Amino acid sequence: MTETFYEVMRRQGISRRSFLKYCSLTAAALGLAPEFAGKIAHAMETKPRIPILWLHGLECTCCSESFIRSAHPLAKDVVLSMVSLDYDDTIMAAAGTQAEAIIEETIKKYDGNFILAVEGNAPLNQEGMSCIIAGKPFLEQLNHVAEHCKAIISWGSCASYGCVQAAHPNPTKATPTHKAIKTNKPIIKVPGCPPIAEVMTAVVTYILTFERFPELDRQGRPKMFYSQRIHDKCYRRPHFDAGQFVEKFDDEGARKGYCLYKVGCKGPTTYNACSTIRWNEGTSFPIQAGHGCIGCSEDGFWDKGSWYARLTDVHQFGIEGNADKVGGTAAAVVGTAVAAHAAISAVKRAQKKENA
Amino acid sequence: MSSEAHITRSEPSVYVYEAPIRLWHWVNAFAILVLGISGYFVGSPLPTMSGEASDHYLMGYIRFAHFAAGYILLVGFLGRIYWMLVGNSHSREIFFPPFFSPGFWSGVKHELKWYLFMAKEPRKYTGHNPLALLTMHFMFVWGMIFMIFTGFALYGEGTGPGSWSHNLFSSWIIPLMGQSMDVHTWHHFGMWWIIIFAIVHIYVAIREDIMSRQSIVSSMISGWRNFKDDGKIDDGR
Repeated sequence: MTETFYEVMRRQGISRRSFLKYCSLTAAALGLAPEFAGKIAHAMETKPRIPILWLHGLECTCCSESFIRSAHPLAKDVVLSMVSLDYDDTIMAAAGTQAEAIIEETIKKYDGNFILAVEGNAPLNQEGMSCIIAGKPFLEQLNHVAEHCKAIISWGSCASYGCVQAAHPNPTKATPTHKAIKTNKPIIKVPGCPPIAEVMTAVVTYILTFERFPELDRQGRPKMFYSQRIHDKCYRRPHFDAGQFVEKFDDEGARKGYCLYKVGCKGPTTYNACSTIRWNEGTSFPIQAGHGCIGCSEDGFWDKGSWYARLTDVHQFGIEGNADKVGGTAAAVVGTAVAAHAAISAVKRAQKKENA
Repeated sequence: MSSEAHITRSEPSVYVYEAPIRLWHWVNAFAILVLGISGYFVGSPLPTMSGEASDHYLMGYIRFAHFAAGYILLVGFLGRIYWMLVGNSHSREIFFPPFFSPGFWSGVKHELKWYLFMAKEPRKYTGHNPLALLTMHFMFVWGMIFMIFTGFALYGEGTGPGSWSHNLFSSWIIPLMGQSMDVHTWHHFGMWWIIIFAIVHIYVAIREDIMSRQSIVSSMISGWRNFKDDGKIDDGR
């Protein structure tokens, strides 16, 4: 029998008092009613930890980097111990054959009853040769583990959408989890590059506590963190409503902390919790640091053109296009044609009158 | 209204545009004007305001104008669809062009010739001429539907999950088009589509009013189509 969360925490030197604090804060973070703190505590005291296999495909490890910085009341090492993280090649002690053996061991021991967390994605071109783990294409490892797991967490924009390695023309055909695997397992997407640390730990906590996914939206993201835009809760929103904008970086507006909309902030089109939870123990987030949101938790953000322009680049009509340039040109062409047509019509009409 | 050469001839008139259609036309035109201007300034805001945020609400007012006009356009369009069901035969024209009638396509051909200065006389129509009908149907009706759907999908982003516009539009249109930015881009294209339609529509209405054999502009005010000569009416298509 594996240890319960509570046993692990006590072993780590966490007092019962801190443990209960953690439970109530987690309940609050998940937007649950106060009585759920007790339920979380009870679950953590009694349930064996569900093992997690954390696989790494084509990625930059920013999800892992974010995850280990979770600033919940409990220290990060407890968050890591709390999760029975059986395999995570980046941070596990074992290496090589020993490490890979753990995957088979977990599959044998907990077949159909462990969580697969995917960081990064699998390239499909050249039979997956662009990403090799332990001498085999990552695609094979992913499919093998996905077949036996209970559910899948797609960490970050790589696993959720493809991210920069899938940028046009996507030479390796880097493919997000839900499109790469052959089995049909429930998938929760936690997009972001990286996702917010507290969002990651909260999602894990929720799944382990309630043994089910939190409520998901149509795109498979947890509603509690991805149902509102950065813009909706941005502390610079009053400047947007007032019409006060940074026109260019280092102007007076930038110094005064005006809205970054005109320098390309993607806050109005990005669903994430950065403007409420923020980063690094709630210290700051990009907009607070004076740079617009780049929309890293949105599908295709890497292919939408400049991070410093509001409109998406449109390449079908030339190198430097966007909806307003293309539409404005079309309107100008039509307007000119109309003017020319009117002139010819007037001449024709004058001729007709002369003849009459 | 008619040129001097025609003054002695009789001028038959037909009641084409019923009052609700005329009212809707002008309300809709005004809504599109407000939507175009305010929408452009939502996408490309005016130069920044100085001072304290509490002193101004410029973007708030521009967005309010956009949303209010959007609602008016939606309600008007629903009313227009209702009138399509209960109004006279002309009220159905722009929704159901007679694509399968060969006469319709020969009418389109003749109308193209007329606009390319290859035909001496335009034909006479009580309602829209076939080319106008095609433009109305594809540029206007579908353009309106597209803008209403994408527009309220974007509106639902602000009102949030659980609101009617989010449930009805945002929840499926945003994933369908990719993400929020894609819907914005398409909504921008839609604006230019409608602007191009408006340029052509206004030009042709005025031109036909002057050069064709029937009244156009005044008909959308009075409802009556006046013919400038008593030649055969080519409605048969």
